[in-house]
Amino acid sequence: MSANQPAGSLWAHSWRRLRASAGTRYAALLLGLIIAAAVTVPWLSPYDYSTPVWTQIFAAPSLHGGRLFGTDALGRDLLVRVMWGCRISLLVGIAASLVSVFIGVLWGATAGYLGGRIDGVLMRIVDVLYCVPFIPLVIVLEVLFGRNFLLVFVAIGAVSWLDIARMVRGQTLSIRAEEYVEAALALGVRTPTMIWRHVLPNLIGLVAVYATLTIPSVILFEAVLSFLGLGVHEPLASLGSLLAEGFIEMQAHPALLIFPALFLAAIILCFNQLGDALRDALDPRQELP
Amino acid sequence: MGRYLLGRLLTAIPTLLIIATLAFVLLHAAPGGPFDSDRQLVPQIQHSIEARYHLDEPVWRQFVRYLANLARGDLGPSFQYRNTSVNELIAQGLPVDAAIGLTAILFALLVGGAAGLFAATRPGSRADRAAMSLAMLGISVPVFVTAPLLMLVFAIRLHWLPAGDWVAGSWRHLLLPSLALALPYCAYIARIVRAAAIEALHQPYIRTANAKGLPAYLILCRHASRATLMPLVSFLGPALAGLLTGSIVVEQVFGLPGIGRLFVVGALNRDYTVVTGITVLYGALIIVFNLLVDLCYAWLDPRIRSRV
Repeated sequence: MSANQPAGSLWAHSWRRLRASAGTRYAALLLGLIIAAAVTVPWLSPYDYSTPVWTQIFAAPSLHGGRLFGTDALGRDLLVRVMWGCRISLLVGIAASLVSVFIGVLWGATAGYLGGRIDGVLMRIVDVLYCVPFIPLVIVLEVLFGRNFLLVFVAIGAVSWLDIARMVRGQTLSIRAEEYVEAALALGVRTPTMIWRHVLPNLIGLVAVYATLTIPSVILFEAVLSFLGLGVHEPLASLGSLLAEGFIEMQAHPALLIFPALFLAAIILCFNQLGDALRDALDPRQELP
Repeated sequence: MGRYLLGRLLTAIPTLLIIATLAFVLLHAAPGGPFDSDRQLVPQIQHSIEARYHLDEPVWRQFVRYLANLARGDLGPSFQYRNTSVNELIAQGLPVDAAIGLTAILFALLVGGAAGLFAATRPGSRADRAAMSLAMLGISVPVFVTAPLLMLVFAIRLHWLPAGDWVAGSWRHLLLPSLALALPYCAYIARIVRAAAIEALHQPYIRTANAKGLPAYLILCRHASRATLMPLVSFLGPALAGLLTGSIVVEQVFGLPGIGRLFVVGALNRDYTVVTGITVLYGALIIVFNLLVDLCYAWLDPRIRSRV
């Protein structure tokens, strides 16, 4: 590290690097605004996401009456529906990512730390699962066992942990070779304590990055399912199902397609940007700008 | 080398077996059968149909029969399309996906690769930042957003290209779907190529080439390209597989008769053999692509070659 950098821990450096990038600040701000809107708008708005209003079908977007985004084929307020879609998409994204991070870290850390035959078996399983075409399988699951909201969570979470497991295993292998682990071993620290005290804390950075990058991919996955008509069901909406509805009407009412598309793209963009920035910030080889 | 290939192909067999078993068990565990319809059939007819497709046998015998046929490359008869085998259905659908997928990956490689190299030679410049912002946008905007938007602009508003449908051999029908499919890959490739090329350009052998007085384009083409290709190749394996499953959405949007739509319709209609067959096909393609990637790796990096 060069001499002109202020002193401080790795975390302090990372935090400073993270704040230094303008793109990151905009992404965090935009994401904060979207989350705030998703939470408050349906609550403040006089309109409801589910009740059809037959007299106001396909109202154009206007300031009049607070119909900022207009209404859909059933006269429901699009602003409220898009905000509900953001809620569902974010919820699925974050919850399923937590599931996949949990499985992935456990799997990867176990394989990497124990090594040997257990490592071989666990990683073989990951290799095999990599060859399973998951989007088709989830589609089959969804069609066959009904559209269960919980199933969407479990299916997506269970699918997206493979990358994390591989990453964590690699990192654990290198941590295991560190001298402080050897020292702890010499002091007679037992395996669970070792993993908890010495291995996991050193994985946090990597896991944070991958968790942030898993959220957008999970949101996309859910949106694909909903777009194909297999995700959440009416009258509830996710951004994917709103897009599917908008696609049908896009010739005459492009607003129905454009607003959900904008919000979906913005959310994914923010998470991708934050994940990238986090990865750069946690890389100690990067110099301060 | 030959032993390595053989070993890889042999491990592919249990993997495919697991995929086939998974698909088969899931389908048979699910409620509803392929010949349950609203209109009640005469019991004798129902029975004779089930006998014809061996659905009256116990499930394990059906499974053994299925595996035996699979080993011979026969994916069985379709339940939904009478008198048509799944092999025939796939033979009709796969060329559509192959045409779109290949066009898309070629486009993504050309445009993404060029943009990445361009950005890598001037890191930190305004052009670099603009290209990378565009790439970030490309990664974040999913296919089912770009596909309808492209259709809205180029087909419905401007009338330049047909909005969907498929005519074999017509490039006008090919253009919009493959463009929609290519955009995210274009963005990924640009980012990967940029990062890899910047890394490669910092190597000592590049400094040597510079010191010798080689022109920049020769350094890029002759010395940096090989190291740049490595991460790209490891991306392309999963990407090619993703192109296949990703084309399910594109097929849906543009109404193309590929295997993705066949699959979704098959799943909705409990067409067991179609669904299992296409799942196994997807799995086999993923395995083949991964193997190709590893072979390319060995070809590109002599250090790996000596190990295998």
